[in-house]
Amino acid sequence: MAPPIQPVRVATCATLLSGLVAMGAALAQPLGLPPVPVPQNNPQTPEKIALGDKLFNDKRFSSTGEVSCATCHDPKKAFTDSPLVTSEGINKLTGTRNAPTVINSAYFKLFFWDGRSLDMEDQAQHPIVNPVEMGLVNHDPVLQIVRTDPDYVARFKKVFNKEGEQVTMKEVQQAIASFERTIVAGDSPFDKWHYGGDEKAVSEQVKRGFNVFLTKGRCVSCHTMEQDYALFTDNRFHNIGVGVNRIQAEIPQFAPAFLTAKSAGTDVDKAVLTNPKASELGRFAVTETLDEIGAFKTSTLRNVAVTAPFMHDGSLKTLRDVVEHYNNGGVTKKDDPVNDFLSGGIRPLNLTDAEISDLVAFMESLTSPQFAAQKAASANPASCNVKTTAVANVSPVAPAGKSASGGEGM
Amino acid sequence: MDIKYDRRSFIKTSTVGVAGAALPLTMVELAFAKPSDNFTFAYISDSHIQQIKGNQFVRNWDRGLIRAVAETNLLTPRPDFVIFGGDLAQMGSKPELDHGAELLSKLNGKVYHVMGEHDYYLDLGEYWSKLFGKHYYSFDHKGVHFVVLNSILTTDEWTFHRWPSNEQRMAEMAGLDNPNGSPFMVGDQQRDWLKKDLAKVKKDTPVVVFSHSPLQKIYKGWNFWTDDAEQVQALLAPFDKVTVFYGHVHQIQYNQIGNIAFTSAMATAWPWPYPQSYSQAQQLLPKLTVQMNRADPFFERDATGWQFIDVNSGRASATFNLYNNKVRTVAFDPQAGHPIDKTYQDPDRRIQPQTHY
Ligand code: HEC
Ligand code: HEC
Ligand SMILES: [Fe+2]
Repeated sequence: MAPPIQPVRVATCATLLSGLVAMGAALAQPLGLPPVPVPQNNPQTPEKIALGDKLFNDKRFSSTGEVSCATCHDPKKAFTDSPLVTSEGINKLTGTRNAPTVINSAYFKLFFWDGRSLDMEDQAQHPIVNPVEMGLVNHDPVLQIVRTDPDYVARFKKVFNKEGEQVTMKEVQQAIASFERTIVAGDSPFDKWHYGGDEKAVSEQVKRGFNVFLTKGRCVSCHTMEQDYALFTDNRFHNIGVGVNRIQAEIPQFAPAFLTAKSAGTDVDKAVLTNPKASELGRFAVTETLDEIGAFKTSTLRNVAVTAPFMHDGSLKTLRDVVEHYNNGGVTKKDDPVNDFLSGGIRPLNLTDAEISDLVAFMESLTSPQFAAQKAASANPASCNVKTTAVANVSPVAPAGKSASGGEGM
Repeated sequence: MDIKYDRRSFIKTSTVGVAGAALPLTMVELAFAKPSDNFTFAYISDSHIQQIKGNQFVRNWDRGLIRAVAETNLLTPRPDFVIFGGDLAQMGSKPELDHGAELLSKLNGKVYHVMGEHDYYLDLGEYWSKLFGKHYYSFDHKGVHFVVLNSILTTDEWTFHRWPSNEQRMAEMAGLDNPNGSPFMVGDQQRDWLKKDLAKVKKDTPVVVFSHSPLQKIYKGWNFWTDDAEQVQALLAPFDKVTVFYGHVHQIQYNQIGNIAFTSAMATAWPWPYPQSYSQAQQLLPKLTVQMNRADPFFERDATGWQFIDVNSGRASATFNLYNNKVRTVAFDPQAGHPIDKTYQDPDRRIQPQTHY
C-alpha cells in the first residue's frame, strides 16, 4: 500500500524544528502523505538541503538586514507568522495577505494564494524583491553575498560545483526549494487512525467530524483525499466568499482598470501584495478569466490548527469561524450579501452546532506530532472550539479559561 | 489613419478589457470589415427563477442569473445590448417574473426579451408583457435586421380546451419529457406577421432571429422542436445571411440548414443532457455539436453559462463563458459555409473527459 519512499531527508531541518523531529520518523515516509515530487533538474542532496536551510534563514537578503524567509515562515510557528493577520516585512510594512505555511507546500502544483508562481524554485525569488517583504530593489545584493561570503562560496562549490559569476539566482532558488521540499509533515492522529488503522488515535468526535467533512459539509470535494494519502487540496482555485465581499461594489470599475494597468506593465506580484483591492481579485489577476474573480487556491488542512488566522487575508480567526463561514453559504456574517461570483461549490450547509464542533475537532486532529507541542503552548484561538452561542457578540478571542485543545467532548 | 489599425490599437492600448482577455476571440478579427458594421451583444438565457414560497426562491437558479449579469456588466468594450433568451421563470408566476426582472435590472444597457414556455403557459404571457412588452417584434441595429419570435405556442385545443386550470397547463408544459406536452410552433398569425415584416427588408441585409425553441427539428420528445420550422425557414430562405439563436436546450448546439446558421445558448440554471444519449436506435438527427463533458454535480455552475455574440459583417460568432471549463467559440466559417467550433471542431482537438473522484 505505501508508496515508494523518496530519498527525502528531514534531518537537516531538525535544528530549525528545535529538535522536535524524531530522527527515526524523519527518515520514513510520513503516514498520510505521498512521496514529495522532486523536479529532475533539481535532485535532493543533503548538502543542498542544508544550504537551502541557511539561505532560508539569512536576514542579509533584505534591505534592512532584519527579514529572512523564516521571519514570516517561522519554524517555531509552524512555518507561518501566526498570529499576524497579514505578514510584516521590512520596517514593519504589512502586505495584503496571510503567510501560508511552508509545511507540505512542496506538494502544491502552483504557488501563492493565486497560483501566480509556477514552481517552488520560481517562488523563492519574489519575496526578496517585494517592497513589503524583503524589500531589495533587485537580486544583486543576494548574489554579492553568496559569491563572496566564504561559507557560501564553499557550499555552492560543493553543491553545484560553481563559483563566482557562475553562481546565479537559479542556484540560490534551487537550494531554497530543496530545503522546502524537506518541510513535510504527516503522521497526525487522523493519519494514524484513517491510514494507520489505529482506532484509538482519535476521539469519537473526530470520527464524527470526518464524516461531516465527507458528507453534509461538502468539504472533501475541494479539500480532496486519496485512497492512501491526503493533501486536502484539489490544487484548484475557488471563490468561497472571502475578501472579495469587501470590494464587490467596486469590481465593475476596478477589474477592467486592473487589467489595463497590467497590460501597461504593472508587476502582478507587487500589485497584489501592496494593493488591497488588487489582492482580492484573486486568481483573476493572474489568468484574467471571468470565472476566477475572487478565487484563491484551496489550502491544505494539515496543521491548520496551529496556523491561525485563516484564509488568504487572515480574516477568519478561528476554525469555528471558518466552518460558520461555509455554513452560511460563503459569508462570514449570516445576513451579509453573497458575492456575485461565488463558486457553485459553496452553498448553505445547515450544519448543527454539534456538527460544527465535530468538524473543528476533525481539523484539529490533522496536526503532526512535530507541531503538536506548538499547538498546546500557543494561546492560539484556533483551537477554541466552542459553541457559537457562547461567543456571539463577545470578543472574538475566546474565553481564556478554555483549554488549548478546547471544545466540548474533545 | 487606417481604420483597421485604429481598431486594433484601441484594443491594445485601452482596456485589454475583460472581454479581450477572458473571451479572447473577437477583437482581432473585427478588422476585416467596416468597423461600423461590427458590434457585440451579450446573450443570457434560461434562468428558470423558481419560487419556493413567499420571497424564497431556488438559490441555485438565482445564483446562475446573478453571476451572468455581473459578468456581463464587466464586458469591455460594452456590448451594444443584451438579449434575454426566455424561460426567465419556472412556473410563469408573477413573483417569479418580478424576481427575475429585478435580478436583470442590474444589467447595464438595453435588454431585449424572448418568450419561453415557462414564462408563458400560466397566463399566456399577460404579466410578462406588462414587464417586457410585445411577444414578438423586430428592430434594426447597425445594418442588421433583428427578429424576435414567440416560438413556443402550440395548438388552440391544447392551450385553451384541454386543462382544467392555468396552473395545470403550466405544469404540463414545464416537464421536459412529459408526454402530455405539445409540440411548439410559431403559428399562422405570427408567420403572416413575419412575412410582412421581412418584406420590407432588402435581401442582402443580414437577418438575426431569436426564438426560444430551436427553429429546427432536433428531438420532439423533449420539445427541442418547432413544428412549423420548415415554414419559418422558407420565409428566411431568400436572405443572404441569416442567423438563428435559440435557448431552451441548455447546451451548445450549432447547425446549418441552407442559408441559415443556427446556434443555441447555454442556460444559467442547469444543463440538459443530450437527446442522442437517450436514443435506443439509430436516429437521423442533424449533426450538431462537439459534445461537452459531463457536468460535475458538486459545482452547481458547471455546464451552465452565458454567451457573448460578435456580429461581424452580418455573420455571428458566439463565445460561451463556461464555468470550470474552457471558453468555447462557435463562429460562422465563410469557407466552410457553416458555423464551426473555433478550437475543438477537429476530432483530434477534443477535450478529454475530465477526471472525477
Ligand atoms: C514578509 C513576510 C514574508 C517573507 C519575508 C517571505 N514570505 Fe513567503 N509568503 C508570505 C506571504 C504573505 C505569502 C502568500 C503571498 C501570496 O500568496 O500572494 C507567502 C507565500 C510563500 C509560499 C507559497 C506557499 C503556497 O501555499 O503557495 C512559499 C513556498 C514561500 N512563501 C516561501 C518563502 C521563501 C522561500 C521566502 C524567502 C525567500 C519567503 N517566503 C519570504 C510571506 C513572506
Ligand atoms: C469550493 C471549494 C471548497 C470547499 C467546498 C471547501 N473549501 Fe475550504 N478552502 C477552499 C479555498 C479556495 C480556500 C482558500 C480561500 C481563501 O483563502 O480565500 C479554503 C480555505 C480553507 C481553510 C483555511 C486554511 C488556511 O490555512 O487558511 C479551512 C480551515 C478550510 N478551508 C476548511 C474547509 C471546511 C471545513 C470545509 C467544509 C465545511 C471546506 N473548507 C470546504 C475551498 C473549499
Ligand atoms: Fe424552455
